[in-house]
Amino acid sequence: MSSNTQSSRARVEAGLGKRHRKELIFRILGLAATMVGVFFLVGFFWTLIAEGSSAFVQTFIQLEIDFSEEALAPGGELDLESANFDGIARAALRKKFPEATDRASRRELNRLISVGAGYQIREAITRDPELLGTTRIMAVPAAANVDMLLKGNIDRNVPEDKRPISDRQIRWVDALIADGSLVTKFNKALLINGDSREPELAGIRGALMGSFYMLIITIALSFPIGAAAAIYLEEFAPRNRWADLIEVNINNLAAVPSIVFGLLGLAVFINWMGIPRSAPLVGGLVLSLLTLPVIIIAARAAIKAVPPSIREAAFGLGASKMQVVFHHVLPLAMPGMLTGAIIGMSRALGESAPLLMIGMVAFIVDVPAGFSDPATALPVQIFLWADSPERAFAERTSAAIIVLLAFLLVMNLAAVILRRKVERQW
Amino acid sequence: MQTTTLILILFAMAASAFYFGRERSLSVATGPKKLLSLHSLPGYYGYYAAIWALLPALGLILLWLLLEPKVIVAVIVQSLPDAERSMSPGELNLLVNNVQNLASGDVVAVEIDAVLREASLRYQELTSLSRQLLATLTLGLAVFGGVFAWRRISPEFRARNHVESVLSGFLIAASSIAVLTTIGIVLSVLFEAIRFFREIPVTDFLFGLNWSPQTAIRADQVGSSGSFGAVPLFTGTMLITGIAMFVAVPVGIMTAIFLAEYSSERVRTITKPVLEILAGIPTVVYGFFAALTVAPIVRRLGESLGFEVASESALAAGLVMGIMIIPLVSSLSDDAINAVPRAMRDGALALGSTRSETMTKVLLPAALPGIVGGVLLAISRAIGETMIVVMAAGLAANLTANPLEAVTTVTVQIVTLLVGDQEFDSAKTLAAFALGLMLFLITLGLNVLGLKVVRKYREAYD
Repeated sequence: MSSNTQSSRARVEAGLGKRHRKELIFRILGLAATMVGVFFLVGFFWTLIAEGSSAFVQTFIQLEIDFSEEALAPGGELDLESANFDGIARAALRKKFPEATDRASRRELNRLISVGAGYQIREAITRDPELLGTTRIMAVPAAANVDMLLKGNIDRNVPEDKRPISDRQIRWVDALIADGSLVTKFNKALLINGDSREPELAGIRGALMGSFYMLIITIALSFPIGAAAAIYLEEFAPRNRWADLIEVNINNLAAVPSIVFGLLGLAVFINWMGIPRSAPLVGGLVLSLLTLPVIIIAARAAIKAVPPSIREAAFGLGASKMQVVFHHVLPLAMPGMLTGAIIGMSRALGESAPLLMIGMVAFIVDVPAGFSDPATALPVQIFLWADSPERAFAERTSAAIIVLLAFLLVMNLAAVILRRKVERQW
Repeated sequence: MQTTTLILILFAMAASAFYFGRERSLSVATGPKKLLSLHSLPGYYGYYAAIWALLPALGLILLWLLLEPKVIVAVIVQSLPDAERSMSPGELNLLVNNVQNLASGDVVAVEIDAVLREASLRYQELTSLSRQLLATLTLGLAVFGGVFAWRRISPEFRARNHVESVLSGFLIAASSIAVLTTIGIVLSVLFEAIRFFREIPVTDFLFGLNWSPQTAIRADQVGSSGSFGAVPLFTGTMLITGIAMFVAVPVGIMTAIFLAEYSSERVRTITKPVLEILAGIPTVVYGFFAALTVAPIVRRLGESLGFEVASESALAAGLVMGIMIIPLVSSLSDDAINAVPRAMRDGALALGSTRSETMTKVLLPAALPGIVGGVLLAISRAIGETMIVVMAAGLAANLTANPLEAVTTVTVQIVTLLVGDQEFDSAKTLAAFALGLMLFLITLGLNVLGLKVVRKYREAYD
């Protein structure tokens, strides 16, 4: 007996080293797995900020611009609709580099200035007509390639024919840097402009407004409907097959791929109901169907958390079933429901696949002004810019992602704070 | 009048109906204890009047807006000269489109002739007439409804019951929307898919090995017959899903185990929310990251090892998709492991097994069904994922199992077929709906199965 114990003890002890090694390996594997996600996240934010932060500043060229009438309208009468605004910016640049005389070099020189310079000058004149006839120093946006060169995204050491900016242009840019005419300023265009083919003029305002209109429709539809559905299922529904069917349906809808909702929107809202394509109205309808299950599930959990004693007390005082629910249960469940609604909205804000189906991927320059104007959404704008070959758009894509993530962060923080603030133990 | 203004006016009218209804109930209340003579609280009489002022009018607006375009188009087509009326439906559709564009002041592609101009003028006339009619009718209906309700108010009138039955109708309608959505999805996808299968046999679609969805503009065009064999799409989807699962399943399960068993409380409180961020990042952002950062790295790495890597390799898309799914797998496995009764865990530890032995020999086998259910849900998520593959996987429908080559997936093809200007009833666009039907059926099957397994298992230990 004792020798038997001895031997099994010895056997266990002999195997102990190996088992502890296995334990350690298992533990290290677990740590490594956890680190995969964390590392990805760190790498992701690192590249995003490294790429995108530079898009928030933009290079401008300070030029001494002659606002005289002869310069603005060389042909004769001055018409502020169609005067030669680009011309005066170019003339100012030519004055700095008189050596550019032939057509080819002039054209290269002109390309240093953004095509948006003309619009900017026109706006400045409309805002302040006293500029006319004077000569002022004004900062006009530089072309995207100049901007990229300054930010180091275009490599000077690459052979001339492999980069979008010529040696001559680089010499001019260096000269401009030397005399201090190149300045970097906060890139207002990114936040206040609509989309554009020119990276230096492209902004996310149109996409932001499109997302805004869609979210308004989404919250206006999905929150009341979702709350009502949750109330019905939790408080009123008889336990029968219909209620079971609804229940199974909601759980499945929450897991249906979002692109299928896009197909639904295309077939029902656009082809059958005839709502115009690309309108935030359709996008909002599709997104509300998409977020409805999320909101219903969250709202049901919130209603379930209200203790039965509240209901019984209200019944005891003679309230009707509706009064119990609407006067007592609903106000107590409201914070939890709102948290669910915010989370649903943040999901809707990041969604893009169904919007591709309903035509919200068009190139739209104008900022939408209503629910039926053609529009795009912020994630779709990111998708569109990510597809553009220009180097400057990659930078702007990252910047747009930073803006999108900032919005999502704010929404989620709001949800967390709301939950913390109202969380109570019954 | 703008529809939005009309609706705002209606709400204002409903508000005043509420006020008048409430006042009326107070004024008809008699007796020494005035309020007690009423059947319901005064507010309910107000709500009753407001409901009568608002709901019929809103219903009318909705119906009107749905039918209006169809009626106007029908009237316009009726009034067209005979030559135009005898055109084919497609041409007629184009003409109507041009009329609408001209009427709303948009650019019209064709030359504007007398017929078009007249029709568009008539269109404008009809539209404005219809809007005036709508405004008059709805406002009249609102007034009528409000007055009707107002006149019915008396102390014996059971206003609360009426209001509550309307409310409960609204609750039931709201909860049926989930079912309606499912029906809508099934019908919209099914009908178009059936139209597609009328042109292309189901067997060709399901078992064909060649996918090149070009349809001819002219009948005699070279390569005019599109080929709709979806097998390369299915294999591509499976390849990318497989890579994603290869990343997400072990990493997700190990993460769940590490956070539950080994990490200190402090590490857990930091790491858990950090990993939840992964689940909150929009997929378009993952797609951007996959295409611009991960794909070049994969390519450089592969080429330095002597492999030939396509610039839009399945590997890059699959890897990033796997990362995206980690939180889903890890939270579902966490649930499954936590559902195993504590006694089993304590028993194994008491017998002297190490923590890893407890985990691999006792807890994981017991939690396996739950974990499998979670993995099924994750697979369904990966199959339906769109943006990552649209941005990082290719369009070429290669029939290959090599993760370094470019493949395409079902979702990518749906997007490619439907984005852009397409005639809606060409085989090409209908093919997207057939693919959508497959996608819906497969993910639905996986979800039902996964949810069932997860739930059944959770109950087993309760």
